[in-house]
Amino acid sequence: MVIDLDKCTGCGACSVACMSENNIGVLHNETDKIRSITWMRVYQIDNGKSFPDTEVAFIPRPCMHCQGGKSGTPGQAFFQEGPMDEEAHPPCVSVCPATATDYDEETGIVSQIPTRCIGCRYCVAACPYHARYFNWYDVPWPKGSPRALSPFVSPRMRGVVEKCTFCYQRYQAARNKALVDGGEVGEMDYQTACTEACPSGAITFGQLQNPEHKVHKLISSDYTFRLLEQLHTNPKVYYMSKREWVRKKADNYVTRHNKFAQAAAQSGH
Amino acid sequence: MSSHQQGKKQRSRADWILLFVGLVIGSAFGFWATPTILYAEKAQPLQFNHKLHLEQVSDSCKSCHSLREDGSFSGIPSIKSCKECHEADSPMGDGANEAAFLEYIKKNQPIPWLVYSRQPDCVFFSHAAHTANAGFECAKCHDDHGQTTKLRPYEYNRLTGYSRDIWGTGPIGLSGPPHRMKMDDCAKCHSENGVNRACFVCHK
Repeated sequence: MVIDLDKCTGCGACSVACMSENNIGVLHNETDKIRSITWMRVYQIDNGKSFPDTEVAFIPRPCMHCQGGKSGTPGQAFFQEGPMDEEAHPPCVSVCPATATDYDEETGIVSQIPTRCIGCRYCVAACPYHARYFNWYDVPWPKGSPRALSPFVSPRMRGVVEKCTFCYQRYQAARNKALVDGGEVGEMDYQTACTEACPSGAITFGQLQNPEHKVHKLISSDYTFRLLEQLHTNPKVYYMSKREWVRKKADNYVTRHNKFAQAAAQSGH
Repeated sequence: MSSHQQGKKQRSRADWILLFVGLVIGSAFGFWATPTILYAEKAQPLQFNHKLHLEQVSDSCKSCHSLREDGSFSGIPSIKSCKECHEADSPMGDGANEAAFLEYIKKNQPIPWLVYSRQPDCVFFSHAAHTANAGFECAKCHDDHGQTTKLRPYEYNRLTGYSRDIWGTGPIGLSGPPHRMKMDDCAKCHSENGVNRACFVCHK
């Protein structure tokens, strides 16, 4: 996934689409942002200058689906590698005592199985992006509203952790169709709800390693970065901005020169 | 003090036999009582003869239970499929069952079948992957359900509400598939055949 921050207006359509797609309920007090649940959250940053130089940027933040990587030099964990090159090591997966979350080597998606989760919240603490949410309450579904829930996403109960799944149910459906048709899951067969909902087209979704997919080209741009790259979490969500202060604010700003030097050192081309 | 010493008497052979018989009776009672207490029975809304229908249709199970174009599985057929052959004013059998069935046809109302193989909500099962792709026969998981002449009562776990078929109908859940469809059974077959075992392959 690549999110163009220069296109994002902060409207929150992605969050709304996500909640609707993934059966996320509205709690009795949604102003309590420590306990409310938003798989796709929009953060706001500004350049810290006073009027008239103030500039604002919004950072939509789904689960980053970190691949992790070997500890060591930044280069080793810097770029998306072949899925079988090394064992994946996302921060949340390695701490889970119940194996309620895993890294799928085939799709590169970090799962979360709420029915297996014991609610210890180690993963919440381990995630550097605050992408994981604990269900502090049972959702007070208004009478009759459960009938409107999506049958393709299992609703969660109080006491378990949940997070963005890159709308995996859509992948499951697309894969089913591909199996019947005898083809492969195409770029447009599997798009997340947030991608479809974004009115300005800021979100692009596809396979990072597939040269035919748009995201593959986008991530080689000079203006592409990831959040907290210094941690070597190796996320699959990339951000783009032509504004330098935005890239710097995203922490661990890596210059173009660094990035390509590291890539070259790692992959040999 | 003396009573304590008296309590340490030697066990006779009769004592051991009594203990053994007691264990056997106790276990037998437990094996009988536990499923009886744990599982409740519900009758299906109607009786259905799979064998009879299978003889009438042309495309075996697929005639009624088929994959849709989008790759999803139709599951239990809708009343519309029944109406392809059955008409409200021309009963094909007699008796109360047929009369009750024709009521559904007349009202165009779905029949509230109880699904023996219904998995918990968190499970994603792809019929497309197993039939169209892997080429499994229906009977591999559903046993001889297509050859039965009547529907057995639907048994469900009183605590979880799930069908007993998921946990297995054998004693203490030891039976394997097709009488059991637990996560272990899925995972076992997936690892034996080198299929992806990531959580999201079967969960949603």
